Amino acid sequence: MHYVSPTTTDEAVRILSSAPGACRIVAGGTDLLVQMRSGMPEADTLLDIKRIGGLREIARDDGGWRIGAAVSGAELGEHAELVGEWPGVVEAVNLIGSTQIQGRATMAGNLCNASPAADSVPALVAANAVVRVVGPEGVRDVPVLDIPAGPGKTTLKRGEFVSSIYLPAKTGQSGDAYLRFIPRTEMDIAVVGCAVWLAFDAAGTCTEARVALGAVGPKVILAEEAARALVGTRIDEPALDALVAACSAAARPIADKRGTVAFRTHVAGVLARRAALIAKNRAGGAA
Amino acid sequence: MALDSKTEARKFKIVGTRPLRPDGIDKVTGRARFGADMSAPGMLVGLILRSPHPHARIRSIDTTRAESMEGVHAVVTRADFPAFVEDEALADVLDNCMAGEKALYDGHAVAAVAATSGAVARAALKLIEVEYELLAHVTDVDEAMRPDAPALHEDRADETVPAGMSDNVMARHEFGHGDIDAGFAKADRVLERGYRTEATHQGYIEPHACLATFGSDGQADLWCCTQGHYMVRNTCAAILGMEQGRLRVTASEIGGGFGGKTTVFLEPVALMLSKKAGRPVKMVMGRAEVFRATGPTASSSIDVRIGMAKDGRITAGFAELRYQGGAYPGSPVDMGSMSAFAPYDLEHVKTVGWDVVTNRPKQAAYRAPGAPMAAFAVESAIDELARELGLDPLEVRLKNAAREGTRASYGPTFPAIGLEATLRKAKDHPHWSAPLGPNQGRGVACGFWFNFGGDTCVSLNITPDGTVTVSEGNPDIGGSRASMSMMAAEELGIPYEKVRTIIADTGALGQNDVTDGSRVTFAVGLATIEAARAAKREMCKRAARIWEIEEDAVVWEDGAARPAGPNAGKHPPMSLAEIAAVATNTGGPIAGHCEVNAEGAGVSFATHMVDTEVDPETGAVKILRYTVFQDAGKAVHPAYVEGQFQGGAVQGIGWALNEEYIYGEDGRLQNAGFLDYRIPVASDLPMIDTVILEIPNPGHPYGVRGVGETSIVPPLAAVANAVSHAAGVRLTHLPISPPRLLAAIGAK
Repeated sequence: MHYVSPTTTDEAVRILSSAPGACRIVAGGTDLLVQMRSGMPEADTLLDIKRIGGLREIARDDGGWRIGAAVSGAELGEHAELVGEWPGVVEAVNLIGSTQIQGRATMAGNLCNASPAADSVPALVAANAVVRVVGPEGVRDVPVLDIPAGPGKTTLKRGEFVSSIYLPAKTGQSGDAYLRFIPRTEMDIAVVGCAVWLAFDAAGTCTEARVALGAVGPKVILAEEAARALVGTRIDEPALDALVAACSAAARPIADKRGTVAFRTHVAGVLARRAALIAKNRAGGAA
Repeated sequence: MALDSKTEARKFKIVGTRPLRPDGIDKVTGRARFGADMSAPGMLVGLILRSPHPHARIRSIDTTRAESMEGVHAVVTRADFPAFVEDEALADVLDNCMAGEKALYDGHAVAAVAATSGAVARAALKLIEVEYELLAHVTDVDEAMRPDAPALHEDRADETVPAGMSDNVMARHEFGHGDIDAGFAKADRVLERGYRTEATHQGYIEPHACLATFGSDGQADLWCCTQGHYMVRNTCAAILGMEQGRLRVTASEIGGGFGGKTTVFLEPVALMLSKKAGRPVKMVMGRAEVFRATGPTASSSIDVRIGMAKDGRITAGFAELRYQGGAYPGSPVDMGSMSAFAPYDLEHVKTVGWDVVTNRPKQAAYRAPGAPMAAFAVESAIDELARELGLDPLEVRLKNAAREGTRASYGPTFPAIGLEATLRKAKDHPHWSAPLGPNQGRGVACGFWFNFGGDTCVSLNITPDGTVTVSEGNPDIGGSRASMSMMAAEELGIPYEKVRTIIADTGALGQNDVTDGSRVTFAVGLATIEAARAAKREMCKRAARIWEIEEDAVVWEDGAARPAGPNAGKHPPMSLAEIAAVATNTGGPIAGHCEVNAEGAGVSFATHMVDTEVDPETGAVKILRYTVFQDAGKAVHPAYVEGQFQGGAVQGIGWALNEEYIYGEDGRLQNAGFLDYRIPVASDLPMIDTVILEIPNPGHPYGVRGVGETSIVPPLAAVANAVSHAAGVRLTHLPISPPRLLAAIGAK
């Protein structure tokens, strides 16, 4: 097994495209190393992206934020300005693992690990984040929603990797929130996750909404019906009831050791209602 | 106090204080050597091939390709072990360590390799070809009892099992007295209810590990992580067909056991691999192996019937308990049947227990084995009856509490016991009257454990400079080195810091029972005190020799030999150090020792109180407040005693709320890791409050009772009672995981 740590994206793409056998990307490694220890993926080459220029930076970009693929959860959590604008995204990332894991785990890694239960992915989908993918054919920007293909699978092509994730500029009165259900208080994996992003006009009417569900389907679900239930309302009780019904209807969970279909379907709605109220509150004057 | 009490009224100087633990620095700096920290020159890595099937006949095992692989030094299958082991229980242990005719559960060992590296050993495992004939399996206790259930064994039921039952029913146990029908006839209300608990694992942090060397002269050494290295020696010797004296076993530091390390899994295999390879072999389990192939406790299905008069008096109690203990006989249903009603003074009581086998790993002891599930059922039923009759649940328990002189439901008559004291303390505690908010509920429950004494040896040696070493034969899983040093120091009248206690290997002392049954502080403590007394007698003899007076004219007081009275002459006291310094001139080195089968362990009782809050929309349960009231007899080191109370409570909370073995339809364990086998994490829990009561055990010189196990008996029921009150629906199936609770709330 080879370990390489290139310093440019071009070099990384070249290695990724040409290395014999399986080449796996290491950022924090918090999923990959555990998988390797349990004998799952056979890696011939480990490509560490942490030394590539810019990949560990959080930078202002066109009013939004460009977050390098190797930025850790702890670094996101300590970035006051980012937390102020996208609290839901950051709280979702910060829920992953433990304090020690947060020192290494990355948002891009959470996305590319392609777990249906990934905490940051619903929050990124709700935030309408855009992923920058580099590869042999150059650079392309892809909505987060289009990256996961199913459990453990992404739409990235051979030779491609994620170099950064872009969070758009925060519009006036808007706010986001993410909630997950776990049987414990930490060190666990979402049985259900739900992210909500809301924008309001000056009169306090919801003008735009995005609702995303995690762990209730083979990949993250953008619940458009649920969003429609909120737009044009003041997020009052009837709107919330419609949101709950729409989220439960959108959920397509399986029954497994972590929860039953009935449980996940029900809790998807419960979390959506709670997350919507937090997002509304965070949007400020709209409440 | 009873006239036959061994307990002396005395003022303690050291016992009851909280000195620094002797293993603390080693553990926080990494110097402590656990099972996997042992190594030897030329050491090989041993790994085990495990059955992926829950039930299969092993048609053949072809090891030739693995054996011819470079770097592989030995491959072992059942064929390498003696064909016949006389003792049936030990034969089962061998079959569990290495499958014979059949693989009986997912994870059952079928072969092992020793190779120069882990990578080579892993590759070699893939070259072993096992031909299986798949058989129907059963993992549920009630399904296994059906006459048409797939049978694991044939003709193994003992004579207590009536004809016509499933071959999976191994034994029937019955306890009790009186006439329950007459008792139920006197009841104002009779409650009948069924309860279920799932299998839980002890969840120790340290996986099983050992290092074996087997010499060509037939002498072997073994280093391992265990709760009882004498048991390891005797078991391995029997399984390998060797004399016990040829095998020396040294216990490592231990990262948790809770009963799960009172048997062997790797050790006979490591010895056999080493014997074949002619080199040392080290084996370390991974976490998935620990879950799949070591002992969880039994799962249970229990029916309870209790009759109660309007005033809360229990007129009769009956319970039928069905425990599956995995693939071999020996579930702790007998202890569950004995302990179910033990806290109560009942005129009419009966329990029947069924020991059942299923295609699951062989159960191992888990902290008060068998008792928590039984207490869950009985204490839930009592709680429900008390509520229905509008009675205070603590008053109901006080009204029925076993006391000194009560004939226990399992036979004996109790001496001085502490149940009533724990109940009164609980009733007076501010926790009991604290207000509760919406969706919150409070639960209480009582628990009992027998405690044990058993074979015990202690050797206490006095060094020439007057320090003291105590050698005992029981691995320290709960602070026993500190407790032994404290009791030795107390008895000798010297500072705690002058005593160091070590765990000696099997060559150094006579037979010692396993560290189980909450026996060590009691039994090894008793032996330590006796060993110290023997040393004191010897030191008095030496002083008498120096002073040229009669031996019985010398007494030991405050750490020194002194003339017994004015007639003995005017001699200045001789301290332990002064006597030790001249020992070579007064007869040679000084030591005391004690070898005993300790009796009089003294039963222990506890009452637990817990507040919970339920999220009615998700079924999530939060533990808000928890208080343990338990009788310790005499708390030698109160911080360790509190730790035992807290640890038992926390393990019980995990059992009640989220921990469970989950099997798929395919008979495979689905959650063989700490992610999906959910033990509570620190942020899940409040600080567990403790109240130590001290009702002296008449069977111990200082009044000590074991405290390690009782604390896990009440929490299952206490939590279930609290959640039932908070949610407004009775929970009868543990764990009360969020999906289960939400479904129950939805169905009410």
